[in-house]
Amino acid sequence: MADLRINLAGIQSPNPFWLASAPPTNSGYQVQRAFKAGWGGAVWKTLGEPILNVSSRFAAVSFNGQRVAGFNNIELITDRPLEVNLKEIAETKKKFPNHTIIASLMVEPKQEKWHEIVKKVEAIGVDGLELNFGCPHGMAERGMGSASGQVPELVEKQTYWVKEVAQTPVIVKLTPNITDITVTAEAATRGGADAISMINTINSLAGVDIDTWNTIPHVAGKGAHGGYCGPAVKPIALNMVGECARNPHINVPISGIGGISNWRDTVEFLLMGATGVQVCTAAMHHGFRIVEDMIEGLNNYLDDKGIASVMDIVGKSVPKYSDWGNLDLNYKIVARINNDVCINCNKCHIACEDTSHQCIDRLKGANGESILRVREEDCVGCNLCSIVCPVDGAIDMVELPNELPPMTWNERQAALGAIASNVDVIKR
Amino acid sequence: MSTVKQSRISYDHIAANFQEVHPGLSNREAAEEANRCLYCYDAPCITACPTGIDIPTFIKKIASGNLKGSATTIMSANPIGASCSRVCPTEELCEGACVLNHSTKPIMIGNLQRYATDWAMKNNQALFKAGKKNGTRVAIIGGGPAGLSAARELGILGYDVTIFEAAEHAGGLNTYGIVSFRLPKEVSYWEVEQVESVDVKIKTNTKVGIDISVQEILENYDVVILAIGMSSVPNLGIEGEHLQGVYDAIEFVRQTKTNPITDEFLGKKVVVIGAGNTAIDGATCSVRLGAENVKILYRRTLEEMTAYDFEYEFAKQDGVEFRWLTAPVRIIGDELGNVKAIECIKMELTEAGEDGRRKPVSVKGSEFQLEVDAVIKAIGQSRYVDLIEEMNLEHDGGVVTINENTYQTSNKKVFACGDVIFGKGQGEAMVVSAAQQGKKTAHAIHQMITKTVSETA
Ligand SMILES: Cc1cc2nc3c(=O)[nH]c(=O)nc-3n(C[C@H](O)[C@H](O)[C@H](O)COP(=O)(O)OP(=O)(O)OC[C@H]3O[C@@H](n4cnc5c(N)ncnc54)[C@H](O)[C@@H]3O)c2cc1C
Ligand SMILES: Cc1cc2nc3c(=O)[nH]c(=O)nc-3n(C[C@H](O)[C@H](O)[C@H](O)COP(=O)(O)O)c2cc1C
Ligand code: SF4
Repeated sequence: MADLRINLAGIQSPNPFWLASAPPTNSGYQVQRAFKAGWGGAVWKTLGEPILNVSSRFAAVSFNGQRVAGFNNIELITDRPLEVNLKEIAETKKKFPNHTIIASLMVEPKQEKWHEIVKKVEAIGVDGLELNFGCPHGMAERGMGSASGQVPELVEKQTYWVKEVAQTPVIVKLTPNITDITVTAEAATRGGADAISMINTINSLAGVDIDTWNTIPHVAGKGAHGGYCGPAVKPIALNMVGECARNPHINVPISGIGGISNWRDTVEFLLMGATGVQVCTAAMHHGFRIVEDMIEGLNNYLDDKGIASVMDIVGKSVPKYSDWGNLDLNYKIVARINNDVCINCNKCHIACEDTSHQCIDRLKGANGESILRVREEDCVGCNLCSIVCPVDGAIDMVELPNELPPMTWNERQAALGAIASNVDVIKR
Repeated sequence: MSTVKQSRISYDHIAANFQEVHPGLSNREAAEEANRCLYCYDAPCITACPTGIDIPTFIKKIASGNLKGSATTIMSANPIGASCSRVCPTEELCEGACVLNHSTKPIMIGNLQRYATDWAMKNNQALFKAGKKNGTRVAIIGGGPAGLSAARELGILGYDVTIFEAAEHAGGLNTYGIVSFRLPKEVSYWEVEQVESVDVKIKTNTKVGIDISVQEILENYDVVILAIGMSSVPNLGIEGEHLQGVYDAIEFVRQTKTNPITDEFLGKKVVVIGAGNTAIDGATCSVRLGAENVKILYRRTLEEMTAYDFEYEFAKQDGVEFRWLTAPVRIIGDELGNVKAIECIKMELTEAGEDGRRKPVSVKGSEFQLEVDAVIKAIGQSRYVDLIEEMNLEHDGGVVTINENTYQTSNKKVFACGDVIFGKGQGEAMVVSAAQQGKKTAHAIHQMITKTVSETA
């Protein structure tokens, strides 16, 4: 049994699986059920000034029959009084002292507002704070959430105000609705954040009803953009985690969020630099019980690899994540089709023929059977054929021996630059 | 079992006919099917499984790639879960309860269960650990599904368990009685290994009452579990039963699972008497041995037949013919003492008898003869009455009487489970029920022991 405990900026947790601040963590009843099911921690549904929610809040995107490929919501922060939430947090912490409870907070960008809520929340005992600079709807219109999370100065300043009074570690939750997340991540660290978490939801409209012409969802015939999450956002979140993890100016731990549905997704986030993960949509789709497989699967994975502690895999793929300019231009792979496995759907042929490099030939074999063959000299190794192939093992992408020494774009440009200055072709 | 991809019978390579019929799901099939599962909460399939396997959870674990976890979920609820994935009448159990029956088509639960347990088998995984020894000694008589299941649970709970098994290998009918093309004995052996891995000792080739006395066992162990199943097929009670070419179906199948497959049935005409799973197995075995024509004779009709639907379908696909309302009168031999023909009589059904089934009576003057080379008897199983009486246990015609909650027999220290308590007129016995009873017996014993310990402490 591997050690699944994590330590994120001094916050201890029995395992890396936390529920993200969202409906699953709305009340003490729910969080206690979650802890009983095995979740290591919970980020309480965001606390702040009283708000009102609308009815008809969620919508989901099905992809070819698979439900909840993506999930969209127009819900705001908690709609329960602060006192009630604080009482339930205290009760829950008392019943589950070894589980992690983080209070998610969102108030107006004013120093005294932040001071006030931080003190109130820490007085009842939490393991840490998460500043919600991320909600993309509703709260943003009031200058909070992603509205303040999109302005690096506001991120820095508000983090700083919180750090002025906070006794527990402070996690800043970032919005993905920004061109370069490392800018706000850096701002958070300048403000003194102990950790960052990402991603909150992405601006989205789940759909339009083509018969009524209403938005999905709609509130009495009107819609507003929501926040997108669930499996569909995982690649976006994973990149943002990786970009922050490899940035030398961002030296705080990361709590990974976005589309995590099982232990495999979790391992990916950990390898890409997250110290733990937070989950919302998958729990909303299936209930808290999914954590059993997450814990067991992660444990079996670590045991199989002979790794003693989950902390040992954190960031292991980060050194492998770089800029395009550092990739080896002389590395070459080509597609190879195994005709004994191939079922002759010809999808690879048409994909390559119409949309890639026209190098999969349809031929006849010795007995007149249909075969597909790649002209390797023309194959650019784009992977498209193997992506559209429906059969495991029918197309392998194989590495060809490197005829030339490795050479990246950056090295190439540097070399060209050197030649250019030697012969002095380019006049400055 | 419409999903069975049945291959044609080969007459050149008869042994190949005894390979497992269904190849098992490919990785992709398993992934697609696992992702099709709705992962219902408090799912009806769990309730429909006699052993209560948490089916949505094990399927979810296949989807996530946690195959060890998946196999553990299956095998913890059902120590015979690998065999069950192959021989359970799933359309009557888990798959029959799948909510998707109401919308699309049910999840292939049995095949997914096989996929996960096959993985564990291939990867040589020991899924459970023996518990800390608590000093209580338990003897289990009979190493079939019921005995193994009880042993596995008790091993995990820390009991010192010894199984006494008459045969060369444990596994009971899973090893010797259910045909190889449905259940290869390697699957049964793996389950036996899983049981051994929780420190259970298995003494094979040890028949209680012959190789070791009942007395010795009752004296040397704190608790005894009787899990001897049922015995051989009873006599038909007709003329000609002693002829060469008359077989006991269970013994007949056992030969195909223990000895090399021969071609002595090639081109032969076979009749099987009875219409339970044993009859079907005897018949499909004959087909696969190369018999030219195989008929099942049954004195009632399709409606009263006790074989599972999938077994019946399987036999029909194998080309087995069914002769309903037909009973054997006598078997006729040639001068060398070999079976030559069988005389039968047509039956008709009258009003329901004591067991609720309509009674067949013969139609006067409807006798007819069938030319046959072999007659396979498959009219149920007799009971080990002698051993049961030697142990002084209350019984009803060889069905040991138990307390339904605790599986305790009339002797407080002896428990019984599996086919040995299977009542008459209840349809067909099932591996999965034997497994569940074994598990429940273990838990009842544990409750009794922990209670006495806490009372005396
Ligand atoms: C041909 C056939 C096909 C079947 N097909 C199916 C099927 O498809 N699906 C299904 O669910 N069920 C099927 N069954 C039923 C199923 O096999 C039984 O219900 C199940 O095996 C019962 O388990 P058990 O442990 O009680 O008994 P058994 O499996 O009979 O095991 C009893 C064990 O006790 C041993 N034993 C007996 N006497 C002694 C003694 N004196 N000392 C020591 N050991 C002893 C025996 O050698 C044997 O190993 C089939 C049965 C038959 C005969
Ligand atoms: C209905 C709903 C409400 C949410 N409310 C909050 C919130 O109050 N505070 C917050 O920080 N994030 C909120 N989120 C965002 C989640 O915490 C999380 O960042 C996001 O859903 C991505 O994770 P996922 O893909 O696992 O769902 C909400 C998400 C959903 C679906
Ligand atoms: S899940 Fe359904 S029943 Fe529950 S609050 Fe939402 S709409 Fe109502």
